[in-house]
Amino acid sequence: MITKPSSLPVTDSSALPLLEAAGICKFYAAREILHEVSLAIRPREIVTIVGPNGAGKTTLLSCLLGLTRPDRGEVTRAEGLRIGYVPQHFRPHASMPLSVEGFLKLYGMRDDARTKALAEQLDVHTIFPRQLTALSGGELRRVLLLRALLKSPQLLVLDEPTQGVDVAGQGEFYRLLKTLVDTQNLAVLMVSHDLHVVMASTQRVICLNRHICCEGAPELVGADPQFKALFGEELAAQLALYHHHHSHTHGLHEPAVEHHHHAGCNHG
Amino acid sequence: MRGATMDEFVLRALLAALMLAALLGPLGSFVVWRHMAYLGDAVAHAALLGVALSLLATAVPMTLSVVMVAVGAAYLLHRFGRDTRFHADTLLGILAHGALALGVLLVALSRQRVDINAYLFGDILSVGWVDLALLGALVLTVGGLLKLSWKPLLMVTLHPGIAHVEGINVRRTQLMLLIMLALVIAVAIQLVGVLLITALLVIPAATARYVASSPGRMALLASVMGMLATSLGLFGSLAVDAPSGPSMVVVACFLFVVVGAITQLRQPAAPREE
Repeated sequence: MITKPSSLPVTDSSALPLLEAAGICKFYAAREILHEVSLAIRPREIVTIVGPNGAGKTTLLSCLLGLTRPDRGEVTRAEGLRIGYVPQHFRPHASMPLSVEGFLKLYGMRDDARTKALAEQLDVHTIFPRQLTALSGGELRRVLLLRALLKSPQLLVLDEPTQGVDVAGQGEFYRLLKTLVDTQNLAVLMVSHDLHVVMASTQRVICLNRHICCEGAPELVGADPQFKALFGEELAAQLALYHHHHSHTHGLHEPAVEHHHHAGCNHG
Repeated sequence: MRGATMDEFVLRALLAALMLAALLGPLGSFVVWRHMAYLGDAVAHAALLGVALSLLATAVPMTLSVVMVAVGAAYLLHRFGRDTRFHADTLLGILAHGALALGVLLVALSRQRVDINAYLFGDILSVGWVDLALLGALVLTVGGLLKLSWKPLLMVTLHPGIAHVEGINVRRTQLMLLIMLALVIAVAIQLVGVLLITALLVIPAATARYVASSPGRMALLASVMGMLATSLGLFGSLAVDAPSGPSMVVVACFLFVVVGAITQLRQPAAPREE
């Protein structure tokens, strides 16, 4: 049985959001990809966006990062917000000779105690002299994570962080993320397909299907009929069962699942 | 050339070749990293239109007209090159061959007798002191810009999304690289010609890739390889009375093969994944 950590960092829901989206709409060729999406990420919070293929997860992330401009709505950042971004796809071409160390220095890696500790924590300190293109998928992921953490970001944005990673690796990754959140004073925004990681490591799940269908604590969202409709009864049942077996430490003030109804959404 | 000694025009050609090759090193590295080889070709072909325009509008100096057309072509590619309905090389092909055809047509309509070979293969031996001064200014400007924006350029090349989140203006950085490339191509065309300029961008950088362990080293080594190839090619062509542009490219190719063979013997490349 997978066990949930005894304590996830407590989020102060009254704290000012680091990043806030208000009524974001995005169209591609007259097709609405995102409809009236509003969300806020607060300090030290772990939020995961889940949703079926084509739900607009990556588009939403692009809007939040400023890579794409939403057609309507607004994205507001806390002043001086530092974001560490780990993209879904990153495969440098071998035509550029570049060592791990050279890569990290390009993004401002300094030779200080914090960096050294992080590198050891992420287990990349031994591969500094290697060429970036010679790394395995897992090694490259950890290097990218270290890169994102170099400038002490307040918000870490991860796009499909465990894609192509086996189950053992997923567990390891999630433990690492948890430690990082604890030690680096981070908030995390993830997009993930991988419901195991989501349910084990997240405080808040946002279920996206071009609009926000529902959001809330993982166990509550897992029991939600709209979530079941999107991800299938069986999977939702697994999650509900899993969450039934441990006593979680969320306070009584934990908000219930919020629903956002939208005429165009097909919940089956 | 009257009044100039033999040594003087060789010296000018050599200086031009060395300066140009030094600049083509880092730019060529970016061409290799960003697979822009065909783009360099397209801009060079489009620049022939600049030659034609200056023949029609005789008041406009040819260098200015070539530079304007090359930079204009680069801007068009930057502005419209993101149409996802086409692969990038489709639009490049349209621009390159459209501009080339229009250029040839205009040259014909200008009813002037033009030696097209001079533009296709260049004529580095005809470089004057004024051209050399212009080239010097270009080397200082573009070289300085490259040095200043080296890190943003590398970041944008590695991953535009990360670069943007790190606070880099991605589109502006990309446009800057394109304009620098267009400027250098426009000037270089008069020395080595439309058909050979991409070769001098790509081959020394590719040769440098064999031995370099970092982007900076590769750029520097590409300059060294280019300077070696152009000077050897120049003296070789003078010795056997052959055209200098093609000689430089042949020497560059020779260096690529030799350095590649030595590297391959010592450390074979990883097989291509596919």
